[in-house]
Amino acid sequence: MRSAKTSWKHIRRSPYQALAAIFIMMLTFLAISFFSFIVFGSSVVIKYFESKPQVTAFFKDDAKQENIDQLQNSLSQTGKVSHMRFVSKKEALHIYKEQNKNDPLLLDLVTEDILPASLEISTSNIDDLGAVSETLKTSPYVSEVIYQKDIVSTLSTWTNAIRIIGITLIGILTLVSIFIMMTVIGFKVSQKREEIEIMRLLSATGWYIRWPFVLEGIFYGVCGTFLGWLIASASIFYATPYLQTFLRGIPLLPVSPVFLLELFAGELFLAVLLGMLASSLAVLRYLK
Amino acid sequence: MIKLENVSKKFGTGNTALSDVTFSIDKGEFVFIVGPSGSGKTTLFRLLIRETTPTTGSIHIGEWDIGNLPKKHVPHLRKRIGVVFQDLKLLRDRTIFENIIFPLEVVNASYDTAKKKVEEILEQVGIADQRDKFPIQLSGGELQRAAIARALAFSPEIILADEPTGNLDTTTSWEIVKLLQDINNSGTTVIMATHNTDIVNSLLKRVLTLEKGELVKDDAKGKNNHKAKQKSNAS
Repeated sequence: MRSAKTSWKHIRRSPYQALAAIFIMMLTFLAISFFSFIVFGSSVVIKYFESKPQVTAFFKDDAKQENIDQLQNSLSQTGKVSHMRFVSKKEALHIYKEQNKNDPLLLDLVTEDILPASLEISTSNIDDLGAVSETLKTSPYVSEVIYQKDIVSTLSTWTNAIRIIGITLIGILTLVSIFIMMTVIGFKVSQKREEIEIMRLLSATGWYIRWPFVLEGIFYGVCGTFLGWLIASASIFYATPYLQTFLRGIPLLPVSPVFLLELFAGELFLAVLLGMLASSLAVLRYLK
Repeated sequence: MIKLENVSKKFGTGNTALSDVTFSIDKGEFVFIVGPSGSGKTTLFRLLIRETTPTTGSIHIGEWDIGNLPKKHVPHLRKRIGVVFQDLKLLRDRTIFENIIFPLEVVNASYDTAKKKVEEILEQVGIADQRDKFPIQLSGGELQRAAIARALAFSPEIILADEPTGNLDTTTSWEIVKLLQDINNSGTTVIMATHNTDIVNSLLKRVLTLEKGELVKDDAKGKNNHKAKQKSNAS
């Protein structure tokens, strides 16, 4: 309790140093929060696509119904297809209208003619998607084949790139945070050198001297985490309506409050560790 | 109570601060340590509170072998010994009351008990009316009393006073010595390093004379005659 009072006094007496330490921790944890959203979000998106073994073939405008029926028959005969659904131009327009009912400008510009008819094919086995996709690509009536495996692999590539950039960025920010906290706390330790020397001569134990500084580091960590997490969470809630339009159908948003609380708990643990590490290093360095 | 056997202290620079010093001090004694500057008085005090360790020899305080005392027991040792430092070591940004309660805070004593104890000590040393002043607002004698008061906070068995009359006028010096005598009369062992020949000669207490790190004299009711000796050597 006395250590907590002493560290609060240290913080109050040098508010700008305290703010600098809190801000750098906030930046680190803001980056960690956003990075966690991206990693968690992308894994949900990838799982969503992986759970839907589907190939979509878009037909050329000159494809006739009998050509499409013929293709459907030949695919059915392979025995690999579990489900097949034909989406006509009319239905495509209906789906489009439904998806963009809140945006009249988009509705005005699109007519049935410019939307292609398509065939959505699901296979019982995800490994058969490749063969089905190849069959569709060879058909002269098919203009484009969208194969989920491509989406998944593109997403995975992006996610991995983001992960590497994120980890590097967080690593750099964490190191900078530790150095800044070490400097702030180290400065205070050296300012109080005389008092510390007297404390030692008056029978203070090493931990009695160290605790206020360690608590100070933890305080900076906890404040920075809370602010970083709060800003990141507020941003994700603010962006949810826009992202929901973009990620239509994927069960990702709104972000679950349980996930946010778990993230906060994890970050808090990390912050306490970081704060303790930085302040212990500073105390070790200056209290030899 | 205090026993030094063949204690030597050499510093890394090659200087010898103490050389083969042997003596013992009983509980409740009042002992003067005299000698010129650089004779090893302060080093002796630093050894007694384990601020440094002897190069050779052994130091015992009660049952404790100070040279081999584990680091974790050093705070306990320092509770048994109150020190009045030569430079006082009072914290300038704290009031006299806060300075004196400081050692009790360090050992996590309850505030009410500590406050009561400090008030008693302030009365004992005669600066109760100065309790809320800062060190810069006090006279030399009052500061010395404050330093003695802080040394008394743990009710120590031993008081080490390093030149407590160093910068004081004669009247104030005598007041400080009187205070240390009162503390001694209550059973506390007092070891006082001093240059003040008048005080040493008047009190007729035990005198240990150090010169160039060696214990050259141990008088049971001695006088400080090292200055006289220096003069005769010079002539």
